[in-house]
Amino acid sequence: MRRLLALLPVAAFVIVLVGFMVGLRRDPSILPSMLIGKPLPAFTLAPLRANEAGLASVDLAGQPVLLNVFASWCGPCKEEHPTLLRLKAEGVPIVGLDWKEDAADGARWLDANGDPYLRAGNDRTGRAGIDLGVSGVPETFVVDRRGRVRYRQVGAITPQIWAETIEPLMARLKAES
Amino acid sequence: MAAEVGQFALILAFVLAIVQAAAPLWGAARGEPVLMALGRAAATLQAGFVILAFGCLAASYVACDFSVALVAQHSNTQQPLAYRFAATWGSHEGSMLLWVLILAIYGGAVARFGGTLRETLQARVLGVQGLIGVAFLGFLIFTSNPFLRLSPVPLEGTELNPLLQDPGLVSHPPLLYLGYVGFSVAFAFAVAALIEGRVDAAWARWVRPWVLAAWVPLTAGITLGSLWAYYELGWGGWWFWDPVENASLMPWLLGTALLHSSLVLERRGALVSWTILLAILTFSLSLVGTFLVRSGILTSVHSFAVDPQRGIYILGIIAVTTGAALGLYAWRAPSLRTGALFSPLSREGGITLNNLFLVTLTATVFLGTFSPVFIEILKGDKISVGPPYYARTFAPLAVPLLVLVVFGPMLNWKRDAAAAVFRRVRIPAAIAGGVLLTGLVTVGWRNSVAAAGLGLAGWLVAGALAIPGRRWWAGRAELRRSIRTTPTAVFGLALAHAGLGLLTLGIVGVSAWHSDKVLTMHPGESTAFAGRTLTLQSIVLADGPNYQARQAHFDITGRGGPYSLVAERRAYASSQTTEAAIHVSPLGNLYVSGGDEADGGIVVRLWDHPLIVWIWIGGFTMALGGLVSLCDRRLRLGVAARAPAPRLAPAPAAQAPAE
Repeated sequence: MRRLLALLPVAAFVIVLVGFMVGLRRDPSILPSMLIGKPLPAFTLAPLRANEAGLASVDLAGQPVLLNVFASWCGPCKEEHPTLLRLKAEGVPIVGLDWKEDAADGARWLDANGDPYLRAGNDRTGRAGIDLGVSGVPETFVVDRRGRVRYRQVGAITPQIWAETIEPLMARLKAES
Repeated sequence: MAAEVGQFALILAFVLAIVQAAAPLWGAARGEPVLMALGRAAATLQAGFVILAFGCLAASYVACDFSVALVAQHSNTQQPLAYRFAATWGSHEGSMLLWVLILAIYGGAVARFGGTLRETLQARVLGVQGLIGVAFLGFLIFTSNPFLRLSPVPLEGTELNPLLQDPGLVSHPPLLYLGYVGFSVAFAFAVAALIEGRVDAAWARWVRPWVLAAWVPLTAGITLGSLWAYYELGWGGWWFWDPVENASLMPWLLGTALLHSSLVLERRGALVSWTILLAILTFSLSLVGTFLVRSGILTSVHSFAVDPQRGIYILGIIAVTTGAALGLYAWRAPSLRTGALFSPLSREGGITLNNLFLVTLTATVFLGTFSPVFIEILKGDKISVGPPYYARTFAPLAVPLLVLVVFGPMLNWKRDAAAAVFRRVRIPAAIAGGVLLTGLVTVGWRNSVAAAGLGLAGWLVAGALAIPGRRWWAGRAELRRSIRTTPTAVFGLALAHAGLGLLTLGIVGVSAWHSDKVLTMHPGESTAFAGRTLTLQSIVLADGPNYQARQAHFDITGRGGPYSLVAERRAYASSQTTEAAIHVSPLGNLYVSGGDEADGGIVVRLWDHPLIVWIWIGGFTMALGGLVSLCDRRLRLGVAARAPAPRLAPAPAAQAPAE
């Protein structure tokens, strides 16, 4: 019994080690989505501020759009934010989904850091996030003009990711008719 | 020139580390004193050469020698001298060199001061440390050489990340590393004991000061990191449950458990194999922390330069060191003698319970930090774990532990009676009850959780003060004498536990009553916030040594006022930083951060942080407690060396043991 007990730590360690080895081969920022090529799940979200329009899935049709999931409590969102503001200045349409917090917190955060969104909705319960398969913030979906999800970015959009992956995709989607 | 000297010194240190690993282990196995002495000499020399290498790199930084690639990447001539020096460990290569430096210095210290140890034990400890040294020096030389030259030589370097140009950076990483690497000594002792197959009182007496010597800087380092994040990152938060923060918290939690269990081993000879296991795991978690930061296996707000190749190397080091140590444990631990028996209600029992809680807390943080990796492998799902997870798992475990902390030092060794124990804690209990009632009356029933938190803080502080208090009350007839004869370790214990109470006070205060406000302000405008009135007087542009600053001058009246604050936003060549203005007071901080410009004014964020300063006072008080404890004569390393005939028997404790 004592001998088996003493073997326990080394056994647990081997499992952890194998996990690390496999984990190391994966890039934590690449995430597939079940939704790729499928229409965006339907949702209707309340606005962040009382006098504004909210966000519904039907709002996203018509032109290729970035759907950015954010929250004021999320550190990497703050890192991503300057990039989003730059994209807004360049005329890229972005809509925001404020995830798992009170609308007032999200609104305050946008007031403080700048608002890159055409419109934004509050998903306090995380219900829309579940339908979208959101696993954490920040997360961004590229949605084409027919309202289909074409790409999912997990984690912050860096200028490099934008230039190498998303910008070419957006250009392609714009050319699609 | 300096870079070449450094490079050679590093290679020599690597060769010496191989000697330090091989000679004493071989010598101890064969009983060859010459080989064991060679190990000691190799450890001392290795320390000398690593110090030389580090000095060479630091000199290259200070002299702005941009022909060294690393210097050109992390320093420029505009940077003030202190930050040019601190940039030495601001990069991956530099910080690994610092890691190796501390390891080598500890190795040298074991060689120099370990003369009172059984010679074979000292030799094996040095051998294990030599193995760790070989692994990390190899890592440095083969994958992250800090002395690579650059050609053509640039005229100017790229400056150090402005966020890191701060007094916090100068001391935060070295303190953390002193802690991480310090646990390597306990690890080496544990492995050496497993090789020898025996653990005795001398072993325990040696391990405890080393654990304490690692725990003190780690505590101070984590506290400093939290403080630095608070004032430098401009979010007004003090802990983010970020993977990199967790990486330092896990060894701290386990190290705290080790600190307590080694006390039982030292005083009562019990918990032998458990203490050895803790020593192995604590250092392993320090290695995992290094792995986490350097590999990029998890995304983190600390965006260090990461490289999977380096991750694989560090993972290899972990696999070999921890794997071998745990394998040795599985083989040898069952045959180690079991310690003295104790009843569940005793000091030993209390410390065992403390250990169970601390290990569970560590497991909680470990799961929270790494479950994304494992869930992805098993189910292909990606998840993220945030503060809500820790609020639901960490806090409910931490609170009962905090309640139990006061009982621990009140318990007798071996066995105790419940009624007597409760009688001993009646004064702290009365004080905690008083605080709770006062809290309920002032903040109301709706804040009863916060009032209970304040009561808990009062319980901890009063319970800590009761430790020397009870002693002095018993000896009140000759108070002066009983104060003078109180062992230093008792003061250390009281300080550390009181620090935990102050930390609790700060966490409760800021969690329960913080408030914030965001608005756009123009010069001349005023706003009311948390019992104060703030007026934005003016916005001024000013020049710093290597940045341009936009200063917002505020006048504050009302609570704690009147006073003025200046919130800065600094534009460095490469990026911007926000230097928040903070008015610090024991009751609460006012935190003012000036953000982007918006229609002629600036966006101002205000936070009211009640009692937050006690978080850091508490953390530093805990570290101070550890330091005081380390100064106890019983633990002082030199004492035994002055005793006659040191090698024959473990030196007796120099003073009557602490209660």
